[in-house]
Amino acid sequence: MRIPKKLINDPSKVAKEQLEGLIAANHGRIQAIGDKGAVCVNPLPSPQVAIVTGGGSGHEPMFAGYLGPGLATAAACGDIFAAPPPGVILDAAQAADQGKGVLFVYGNYAGDNMNFDIAAELADDEDIETQTIRIWDDVASAPLSKIKERRGVAGDLFVLKIAGAAAAQGKSLGQVTEITAHARDCTRSVGVALSAGSIPQTGKYNFELPDDELEYGMGLHGEPGVSREKMASADTVVEQLLDRIIEDLPFVAGDKVCLLINNLGSSTVMELLIANRKVHSYLESKNIEVHDTLIGSYCTSQEMAGYSISLLKLDDTLTPLYDAPCHSFALRK
Amino acid sequence: MINTAQTQALMLYVAKQVVASEPLLTEADLVIGDGDHGIGMERGFLAVIEMLEKEQLASVDKVFIKVGSTMMASMGGASGAIFGSFFRAGGKALKGTSDFDAKSLPVLIEAGLQSVMDRGGASPGDKTMIDAADMALQMSKTTSNESLESALSKVAEAAKQGVEATKSMIATTGKAKTLGERSLGHPDPGAITTAIIFKSMADFVKQGVAV
Ligand SMILES: Nc1ncnc2c1ncn2[C@@H]1O[C@H](COP(=O)(O)OP(=O)(O)OP(=O)(O)O)[C@@H](O)[C@H]1O
Ligand SMILES: [Mg+2]
Repeated sequence: MRIPKKLINDPSKVAKEQLEGLIAANHGRIQAIGDKGAVCVNPLPSPQVAIVTGGGSGHEPMFAGYLGPGLATAAACGDIFAAPPPGVILDAAQAADQGKGVLFVYGNYAGDNMNFDIAAELADDEDIETQTIRIWDDVASAPLSKIKERRGVAGDLFVLKIAGAAAAQGKSLGQVTEITAHARDCTRSVGVALSAGSIPQTGKYNFELPDDELEYGMGLHGEPGVSREKMASADTVVEQLLDRIIEDLPFVAGDKVCLLINNLGSSTVMELLIANRKVHSYLESKNIEVHDTLIGSYCTSQEMAGYSISLLKLDDTLTPLYDAPCHSFALRK
Repeated sequence: MINTAQTQALMLYVAKQVVASEPLLTEADLVIGDGDHGIGMERGFLAVIEMLEKEQLASVDKVFIKVGSTMMASMGGASGAIFGSFFRAGGKALKGTSDFDAKSLPVLIEAGLQSVMDRGGASPGDKTMIDAADMALQMSKTTSNESLESALSKVAEAAKQGVEATKSMIATTGKAKTLGERSLGHPDPGAITTAIIFKSMADFVKQGVAV
């Protein structure tokens, strides 16, 4: 049996050590709050609604890689693939709050939902006003009729981008919440996995995929996906993924979209570019205009091989917010 | 019946047993979840061990409340919120108790379970730890006039049956949810943890602390 190979130190400290590395990479623009996984931009921007995100570690550069002007204000990072505890989320919220309220923006998972909800109650005790937007962009994780049961995946990035831009414009908590919900509702993703990732502490692959198979709808935490099929050509796979995304929103002729092709971990840039070639020709054939294209590792699942495709449908509200400048470790505009 | 110090020793024993079960729990969560349940429980109960070895708690309710809040603060994940809420709320329902006995059991489990259901929105049948805790609760209501040793051994057995029952359920919450029917045939990791907790309580009392 193949054993995962990783260059790490103490397996129980990977979440902490990657965060220390991320902080160092920010050259003082973000700082640790306490030592349990909360980080916040430094200094705080002029008073505005705070965007606080977070979730399990192991998806680098999501979530803390997106802290900075025009993006998120603070993040709570849990252990690998585990939602952060409420106290860490509260640390992040308290550091980020400037009296204008806090918007929690995170992926829709039972663990994150419960811990952020407890944190919201604790924040309320401290007179910090909070609102919550859960992201559920993964179309493969539940039918449209049960959209609130879907998971949040790489589309988190688009939603964070819009939330951060809206907050930077000085909008109220209510307005930022409404716009962020709209961005979430205009975002769809779906992924395909070729081989498994592993959690450093267990030193085991999260699942086994036979050499000649791929899996659609693979979860970001290595949760098994929804259907397993024989390996196929890139063009066939991209078409399958886009068919699912397009019909779900639906995206229609005349729409303008932002595109994200996200590396789940160990796919090559070559494969992502081959996918991108097909995505562009597919969308062109549907008369859907691509406003911007992001390609790379934005939301990963350890060494999982495969990628996800996300689309954000733009409109008059979202376009200027998407185009607004931002600066962070993993996204700069 | 056991006193406060013995209850503290009981929870210390439980914590060590759960920590020792990490590989088994990881294995179970790798099959139907994302493989982190064992690590999360280990992290939480290691923090509990540290706390219990350092502090001397004043009453039975405080023991459970402090176990719950320590787990909630240290674990994260679904299970941090779930098991943290369980012990915190269960402990609060035992307010002012200085002896832990068979009558305390249904009080602890009922309040704990209610808070888990309020927090996570799941119910019996959803393939979670609730299924083991609920079986334990039903049994504890019928054994409240027995000795603690006898009650706990029946409650532990009931929790184990709850684990068995989760095998034929389809997960509707947590990371196992996406598996849908593929989760059939496999037990729920959180339910296994719940059964280990009650089994460890039963073993500890049986090993002759006091009854
Ligand atoms: N809503 C819920 N109510 C009760 N128990 C739950 C609920 N959701 C999950 N659980 C329990 O938690 C266990 C899984 O714990 P675990 O911490 O691995 O959660 P998770 O869903 O993987 O979230 P995370 O990755 O954030 O930890 C399940 O086996 C189940 O018993
Ligand atoms: Mg899990």
